[in-house]
Order: sequence, then structure tokens, then C-alpha cells
Amino acid sequence: MDAASQPAEPDMLTPLDPAFVKVVRIGWVLGLLPVLLGALVLESRELLPWGAFLGPVLVVGMVAVLRVPLRRYKARGYRLDEDRLRVVKGLLFRSDTVVPFGRVQHIDVEQGPLERLHGLGTLVLHTAGNHNSSVSLPGLLHGDALAMREAIRAHVTRETM
Amino acid sequence: MEAPAQGEWRRTHPLGFLAHLLTNMRRAILPLVALVVGGGDVFDSAAVAAIIVAAVAVNGLVAWLTWRHHLYRIGEDDIRVERGLISRSARSVPYERIQDVALEETALARLLGLVEVRFETGAGGKDELRLAYVDRAEGRRLRETVRGRQAGAAGVGGVGAGADAARAGAGVAGEGEAEEPARILFAMDLRRLLTFGMFEFSLVLFAALFGAAQQFEFLLPVDPWDADFWQEHTDLPAQLFGGLGIAVQVAAAVLALLTLVLIGLLTGIVRTILRDYGFRLEETARGLRRRRGLLTRTDVVMPLHRVQALTLTTGVMRRRFGPDGGWHGLDLVSLATDAKASSHTVVPFARMAEIAPVAAITGFALPGPETHWRLPSAQHRVDRALLLAVPLMLLAMAMAAAGAVLSVEVALLQGAGVALLAVLLAVRQAFLWRYNRHALDSGHLHVRAGWLAPRIAVASRIKLQSVEIRQGPLAQRRGYADLLFGVAGGTLKIEGVELGEARAIRQEVLDSIASVDFSRLPGQEKGPGPG
Repeated sequence: MDAASQPAEPDMLTPLDPAFVKVVRIGWVLGLLPVLLGALVLESRELLPWGAFLGPVLVVGMVAVLRVPLRRYKARGYRLDEDRLRVVKGLLFRSDTVVPFGRVQHIDVEQGPLERLHGLGTLVLHTAGNHNSSVSLPGLLHGDALAMREAIRAHVTRETM
Repeated sequence: MEAPAQGEWRRTHPLGFLAHLLTNMRRAILPLVALVVGGGDVFDSAAVAAIIVAAVAVNGLVAWLTWRHHLYRIGEDDIRVERGLISRSARSVPYERIQDVALEETALARLLGLVEVRFETGAGGKDELRLAYVDRAEGRRLRETVRGRQAGAAGVGGVGAGADAARAGAGVAGEGEAEEPARILFAMDLRRLLTFGMFEFSLVLFAALFGAAQQFEFLLPVDPWDADFWQEHTDLPAQLFGGLGIAVQVAAAVLALLTLVLIGLLTGIVRTILRDYGFRLEETARGLRRRRGLLTRTDVVMPLHRVQALTLTTGVMRRRFGPDGGWHGLDLVSLATDAKASSHTVVPFARMAEIAPVAAITGFALPGPETHWRLPSAQHRVDRALLLAVPLMLLAMAMAAAGAVLSVEVALLQGAGVALLAVLLAVRQAFLWRYNRHALDSGHLHVRAGWLAPRIAVASRIKLQSVEIRQGPLAQRRGYADLLFGVAGGTLKIEGVELGEARAIRQEVLDSIASVDFSRLPGQEKGPGPG
């Protein structure tokens, strides 16, 4: 129970594929487009001096698109051990989850359209627990995700309890 | 629609049609009463009678069609149920997925000699498969069939439907399964039931009456919200008492309070007796068998190998006014507890000495004197207390200041009230720090949480599914974390432990999980458990 005897766990994490940043950025851009359009419409009405709407939207948008995905990427990581998978995520609210392969019910590899564009995939492990019944790990190369699925499946001897 | 040749498609019991009709009619009674009372001016009595007949006829037709298009089949590997005329649904549940077969008898069904069969699949909150209603013998046969199929080659005496049916026919309700030698682990006599009921003090009756009064005020001959009406009718006593001075008024208030307490106690006792009358917990070869209920009798078997964790419960009062350490209850956390309705209470109200043997049978160790409890992080509780109390204190000061400046006395009082609340919340955090604790021994994880009525959760280390360390922004700076465990059918959380300790606990738990492969867990195999 001695904290000092514990290895510095966060250092041993494998980072996600850098393309994850791009995917998140594109997601943010798509999500912010309606806001940008709204700001442009408001500007065109000339209610306030020019830039009163567009300025803040652009500043917040730049931070959200350029900085946030990078920081999120840096906060994320995983570690694949012989018998367990550790998934770390979150900037403000950090979550550090470990799923032992012996408790995995079934495994999904998901791929959204943006992920497909960059050759990425999301690995989802399902457990029987009510909490963390599915643990997802995005930002893997699709091939890696498939390989990890096979590796984990070798440990899962049965799909049901 | 008729049954295909392979396997025998069966209908539920024809009398079930009557039970459904009566259940539906029970729901229709209030609107009908409203019609008779309120519609008297609009319709003449012949029209009212016609409407009632039509309501019964429509309900009857619906119930009959529902019954007619409700088929089930006991197949080779699964139970299939087809139902519905307009929107059809066909469902197949493989035997392996059925965790438990529960029989439930509502009062109405008991009169007709019927039971409702519930197949608990524990499939993450999905609806369970229900068959309402079949007769008792068929219910028992279904239960035996499912168990027999689950046992597979090991074979617990095969299906034996005929013999079962004969035995069931001879037996009283719920007494038919003589083939399973059972040892009574816990039972409640009337005296215990009454004691239990006293602690189940409940004012739910008033809430219900209030709700009903709002709902059906149009039925009442008077307007209950009309102050004049009450003044008129309560004027006489008020005149009488008003003249008698303050002593009588106090006495009246005390009397009213006593009545309230009495009604609360009575409600608790009645509800407890209805729910837990004839409570019996037995140990059978299949697991723990629980029977209870006065009007609605339930009969549930909880396989021991499916138990994931235990919860030791208590109450604010029952903890203080019980013999040797207070009254406690014991709940199982099981794979089949997804459905909130099916409670897995195995001991509702007992002494610790009575709970201990039941807990021992489940294989989970309750914490004892040798348990090495560890305290959570004090910093966590300090932060929580500050987070709660400081804003409230600021608010209280603002209110007091405003009250003083504007010389409004009420604001001063309210400010004092808010300040008191802030102090209480801070004190609660201090007590939570003292009362919340956890212990990790070779096989189990114990977590105690709560101040006035602490609950103790007992989880088996190898039956945990996942471990998460979670930190909010404050926790990251102050170096503590919450530990969240994945439990099948429940939740388990240790709040606010130091980060190093959280990591150590996780490491230990994960090592014990990894040491036992799920498929090799004795409890996780198909078929009967090891005992």
C-alpha cells in the first residue's frame, strides 16, 4: 500500500495514433459550422460594430479546433498488457480504467466515416459490470484495433456467463 | 397462427383470460365510478349501464384475443413465446441465458389457482420473459424443465413433468417441491414481522391520499380546497377549544402528532406484513430459495454461484434500537438483479447473529474484528465540506447583511437558517470521513459508506469486472481519487482515497482477477453449482 513503491504509471502509456487529432478537429469544425453561420448571419444584420459576433466565435473556435484536440490527445493513452487493457482519458475529469481480458464479454471494433477516412478504428470492450459495461478506446489504427481484438479474443474463452 | 408440428405450442391457462380481464377491469373501476357519479346528470341510467356493459365486453374481447394469440413452446434449446395479433412479437430465450425462474402469485391468481412465471435473463435491463398465467403444476413443470435443460448431461432427474404435476396437484401452494431437501436458513414469525413493521414507519398514506384528493376532487360532493367549507365545518371545535386556552391547543397539537405517528406506524406494519408475511429462506441444491408475501406470494430461487456481492443494510433507527448491534438486512447482488422490481433481499430484518450463517453460505465473508479497515483521504472530505459550506456561508452573510440594512427580521432569520445548514453539511462530511472506510483482504473487498445508516458492501475480488480510477479537477491537484468497480448487477465505489492507495488497491484487485480466468470460475460454469 506504499505509494512510492508504485511505478509511475502514466509514463508507460502508449499514445494514440496522431491521426486521432485530425479526426477530432474535423469533428469540432463540423460541429462549429452552424455556430459560425449563425454569427455570419448576425454580422450581416449590422446590429453591433463589425466583428462583435464573429470575433469571439472565431477565437473560441480556433482554441477548440487547434488546442483542445491536441490536449485531449495528449491526455489519452492506453496500455495493452498480457492479460489486461488500461484506458486513460480526460483532461479535467481524468478516468483511468483497467479491464482484465478474463472479464470481457464481447468485443467490437467500430469505425465511423471520419475514422474510416483516416484509417482509424475504435475498440470497444463489453463487460458484465453495470459500471463500465462498455469501455471504448478510439484513435487506434484500424489494423491495430483488429489485431488487438484478436489478441483479446484469444483470452475470452466464452462470450456469455 | 396454429402451432407448427415440431415441438408443442401451448397456450397459457384459459382461466388466465379471466385474471387478465379482472385486472384490466380493476383499472377501469375508477373511471366507471366517475361515470356513474359524475355522469348522472348527462346520461340516464340505461345509458350508463350500456357503457358499463360495453366496457366489460371490450375488455373481455381484448383479454380473450390476447390469451388466444399468446403461445409458448418448450423447445430443445430454448423457450419460444409468440404473442400479439396486430403487432406480433416472437421471442426465443436459450436455456443457458435463463438465470432463474421465479413464480409469482398475485391474490387474484391465487384464487384461480394460477401463477405467473418469470424467466429472469439478466440481460442488461431488457424486459424479462413472462408467462401470465399458467396453473401451478405447469409453472412448476416449466421451472423443472428449465433447470433440467440447464443441467444438461449432468441431469437433475430429467424433466419428470408428469410426476411433478401429480405432486404439485397434491401439494399446497408453494409446498410442492418436496424433491428438494431444504434447510431453513431464516424465517420471520409474526412478532419479528411486527417489530420490522414498526421500523418501516411510513407516511406514504398521506401522500397517496393527497394525490387521490387532487385526482378525484371532481367526485367529492364538496370542494376540498375551499377554505370556507373547512372553516364552516371546523368552526365549532375551534370555538370550543379557542375558549379553553393554550393548554388545550397544545394538547390538540400533541394529539394530532400522535395520530400522525400512529398512522405512520400502522402503514409500515401493514405494508411489511403484506410484503414479508411467511418469509422463508431455505438452502436448496439450486441455491437460496425465498418465499414471501401475504396476498401476492413470490417464490424465487437465487443460485449461489451467481451472487456477485453482498450488501449489509440498516436504518437510522433500527440500527440504534436493536439487540446486540442493531437490526440489519442482507441483500444479494446477483446477475439477475437487472430488473429493479425483483428484489434480492435474503434477510430483511434480523440480528447479526442470524445474518452471519446466511452470509457464510454465500461464500462471502462479512467484515469481522480482524478486518483491517482503512480510512479514506481526509483532504477529500475537507474539500467537500469547503465546497458545500463556503458558498452557503457567503449566501447566509449576504442575507443577514441585507436583512440588517433593510431591517427585515425574516431575512436575518433565514440567513441564520442557511448558516446552520452550512454547518450541518460540513459536520456531515466530518462524520463521513470517520464512518466511510474500506478493507481489502485476501479474497474480499469491504466498503462501508454512510453516516447515520451505513451500508456495508462485500465484494469478491475475483468477481469484479473492471477497475476505474477517476479524478476531478480538484482531486488531481489534491492527490486523491475515486475508485469505481464494475460489478455484474450492481455498483461499488470507494470515494476519495489517496491516489497511491487507489493505485495499490487496483493493482491488487487486478492481480487477483487475472489469476482466475472467468471460464474457470466454479460459479460461472453452466449447470449446478459445486455444492
